[in-house]
Amino acid sequence: MTETKSAGLSRRSLLKGAAAGAAASAFPAPMIWAQNIKDVTLRQFGTGVSNLNEVAQKVKEDLGFTLEMTALDSDAVTQRAATQPKSFDIADIEYWICKKVWPTGNLQAMDTSKIKNYDKIVGIFKSGKLTPESEIAQGTAPHTVGFTDGPDGKTFADSETGWMTLIPTIYNADTLGIRPDLIGRPIAHWHELLNPEFKGKASILDISSIGIMDAAMVCESMGEIQYGDKGNMTREEIDKTMAIFTEAKKAGQFRAFWKTFDESVNLMASGEVVIQSMWSPAITAVKSRGIPCVYQPLEEGYRSWGGGIGLSKNLSGLELDAAYEYINWYLDGWVGGFLMRQGYYSAVPETSKNYMSADEWGYWFEGKPAEGDITNPFGDKLAGAGETRDGGSFYDRMGAVACWNAVMDENQYMVRKWNEFIAA
Amino acid sequence: MATLLKNRHLTGWLLASPLALVLAVFLVLPIVMIVIVSFWGATEFSIYPAFQFDNYEFLFGSPVTYKVFFNTIKYAVITWVFTLTIGFTVAYFLAFHVRSLTWQIALFLLCTIPFWTSNIIRMISWIPFLGRNGIANSTLISWGVIDEPLEWLLFSDFSVILAFVHLYTLFMVVPIFNTMMRIDKSLIEAAYDSGATGFQTLTNVIIPLCKPGIMIGTIFVVTLVMGDFITVRFMSGSQSANVGRLISNDIALLQYPSAAATAVVLLATVLLLIGILLRFVDIRKEL
Repeated sequence: MTETKSAGLSRRSLLKGAAAGAAASAFPAPMIWAQNIKDVTLRQFGTGVSNLNEVAQKVKEDLGFTLEMTALDSDAVTQRAATQPKSFDIADIEYWICKKVWPTGNLQAMDTSKIKNYDKIVGIFKSGKLTPESEIAQGTAPHTVGFTDGPDGKTFADSETGWMTLIPTIYNADTLGIRPDLIGRPIAHWHELLNPEFKGKASILDISSIGIMDAAMVCESMGEIQYGDKGNMTREEIDKTMAIFTEAKKAGQFRAFWKTFDESVNLMASGEVVIQSMWSPAITAVKSRGIPCVYQPLEEGYRSWGGGIGLSKNLSGLELDAAYEYINWYLDGWVGGFLMRQGYYSAVPETSKNYMSADEWGYWFEGKPAEGDITNPFGDKLAGAGETRDGGSFYDRMGAVACWNAVMDENQYMVRKWNEFIAA
Repeated sequence: MATLLKNRHLTGWLLASPLALVLAVFLVLPIVMIVIVSFWGATEFSIYPAFQFDNYEFLFGSPVTYKVFFNTIKYAVITWVFTLTIGFTVAYFLAFHVRSLTWQIALFLLCTIPFWTSNIIRMISWIPFLGRNGIANSTLISWGVIDEPLEWLLFSDFSVILAFVHLYTLFMVVPIFNTMMRIDKSLIEAAYDSGATGFQTLTNVIIPLCKPGIMIGTIFVVTLVMGDFITVRFMSGSQSANVGRLISNDIALLQYPSAAATAVVLLATVLLLIGILLRFVDIRKEL
C-alpha cells in the first residue's frame, strides 16, 4: 500500500513542481490521499443489473471520488472489455465472460491481501463449495476462473493463490419466470418452457452463451438428452439441443426472444409472454408494477451466474489505490444491501446484514416470511406480511445450483448453431 | 504559373480534390479496411492478420446465409412496393391536387413531423399498439370483428414490414415530389387537349417524367432496408434475421473478420442492385 502511495506522491510532485512536492512529502500519505482523491475519476462499465447511478452517488458521498457508470448489454460488455482496454478503469463483468477477456491481458490481477473482507467472501468464489459438503455444479464455476498465478498471470489457477482475476460482487440463481395469473397451475419443471400449452407465449433470451444453458436445462428435463457437462457440451449435444429448440420455434412455441433486461420486463408485464427465462430484478420490476410474477423454483435446480469487478491493466498509482478503496467499500455492505433488496446476493452477505433491517434480512437471505412490507431499493412494494421469497433461503437456492453460465470449448460452433436457430 | 492555372484540366482536378480527399479518407479507406479484415482470422478473443478464405467459405457454405439473404431481399422488395405506392400517391396529391404553393409547403412539412422524433421511438411505439392486449387488438375485439387477439400483428414479418414502410415512406415522397414539381404543367395540358384520359396522362406523361425521382427514392429505400438490423430485431421479437442482424451478431461475439466478410457480400449485393436500377434511368442526365 505504501509503495503505491508514494508513487502517486512522486507523480504529483513531478506535475506540480518541486515546491509542492517538498510540501507534500512533509505530510503523511493519508493527507495527500484526502487532497487528491477528489480529482480521481474512475470509469466503470458493466451490465445494467449492477451499474446503477445510486452506487455512483454513494461512492461520491462516502469515498469522495467520481465514478462514471456505463451500462451495456452482456455482448457489448464482452466486446468493450476485450477490445477497448483504454476506455475503462473498472470492468464489472461476469465470470463466464472472464474466460474470454482474461487471456487478452486487458485486466490486472488483484492482491487479495489488500481486500479487507477477503476472508468473508462466500466459499463458491474461493473453493467452489458453498458449504464444505456441497457439490460443485457444472459449467464455468466462478472459482475456476477466479484466480491466477501471480500479478502477471495469464492463465487461471485451480486454487486460491492470493491473486484474483475478479473480485466477486454479485451473483444469483436463475430460473424461469412465470405469470401465475395467466398460467393458473403449478409449474415445477424446466420442460414446461416447451409445453405446447404455452404455444406462442414462451420466450428465451437471445444471448447464446446463456440461452444454450437454459435450453440444456429444458432438454435434460424433457429426458431427451443426457449431458456429460451442460457447461461444456460436445458438438453432438449442441446439435441435438438446437434441433429440439428449432423444431419448437418452427411450431410457433416462442413469442419473441429478448436480449435486454427491459425487453424481458415488457414481454412479461404486457402478457405477451407467460413463461420465459428471466433475471431476478426483472421479476421484481414486473411485480413492482402490481403484476403477479413468480421466479419459479424448479426441481432440476437453478442455472447460476456470478459477476465481479476487474481492474484495467492501465490503472496505477493513485487511481489504483482509489480502485482498491472502491472494492473494499463495495464489499463493506452498503452495495450488498442494495443488491440484495433486488433479489441478488452479495459476495459478502454478512456485511450486507448491517445495512438491512432484520425483516429484510429474514426475507431475502433466510427465506423467512416477511413481517411487514418488503420494498425494493427504490421504495416500490414487492411483498407484504407473511409472504416468503421464491425458492427459500440463500442456502436452499444457492445450494440447488445445477450449472453455471459457461464458455464451452466448442463455443464458436455453438454460436453458429445458435445463429441458425435464430434465422430458422 | 498563370498559364498553369488556366489549364482547365488542372483547375478541374484542384476543384474536385477536397471532396475526393474527404471521400477517400471517410469512405474508400474504411471500405478497403473492411475488405482486408474480411480475410483475417479470429479466435475467441482476438483477430489476427492472415490471408485466408475461411470466412467466405463458411459464409457461402452455410444454408443460413442464403436464407437470411433471401429474407433481406424479401423485406426490401415488399417494403419497396408499399413505399412506392404510398409515396407516389402522396407526392401526386401534393404536386397536382393541392393548388397553392403555401398549402403544398404546409402539407409537405406535415409529412416530416414524425421525423422530429427518433427512428427507434417511432418504431417502438408500434409495439404497445400491435401487442396481444394492444390498442389494435382490443379495438377489433370491441367492434366484434374478431374473438381472439390476432397473434400475427406483432413479432412477425407483418410488423417488420409495417415498421419499415412507416419509417421509410418519406424517403420515397421527397424525391418523387421533387421531380413532379419540375414537370412542366403545359405538358399535362397538352395531353389533356390531345384527348388523353387521366390514367393515360399518368402512365404516358407523369410516370416517365418521374422516373428519376422514383429511382432515387428506390435507392434510398432499398439500401436503408437492406442495412437496417434494429427494426428487424425489435419488430420480429428477434425471431427473424436479415443480413444486418447477422453482422451485428458477429460483432457482438467479437467475430470481426466474419462480420467484415458478410458486410462485403452485402455491399456487393446492394451495389449490384443499384447498378441494375441505374440501367433503367440515366440519373446524371436527369439531375
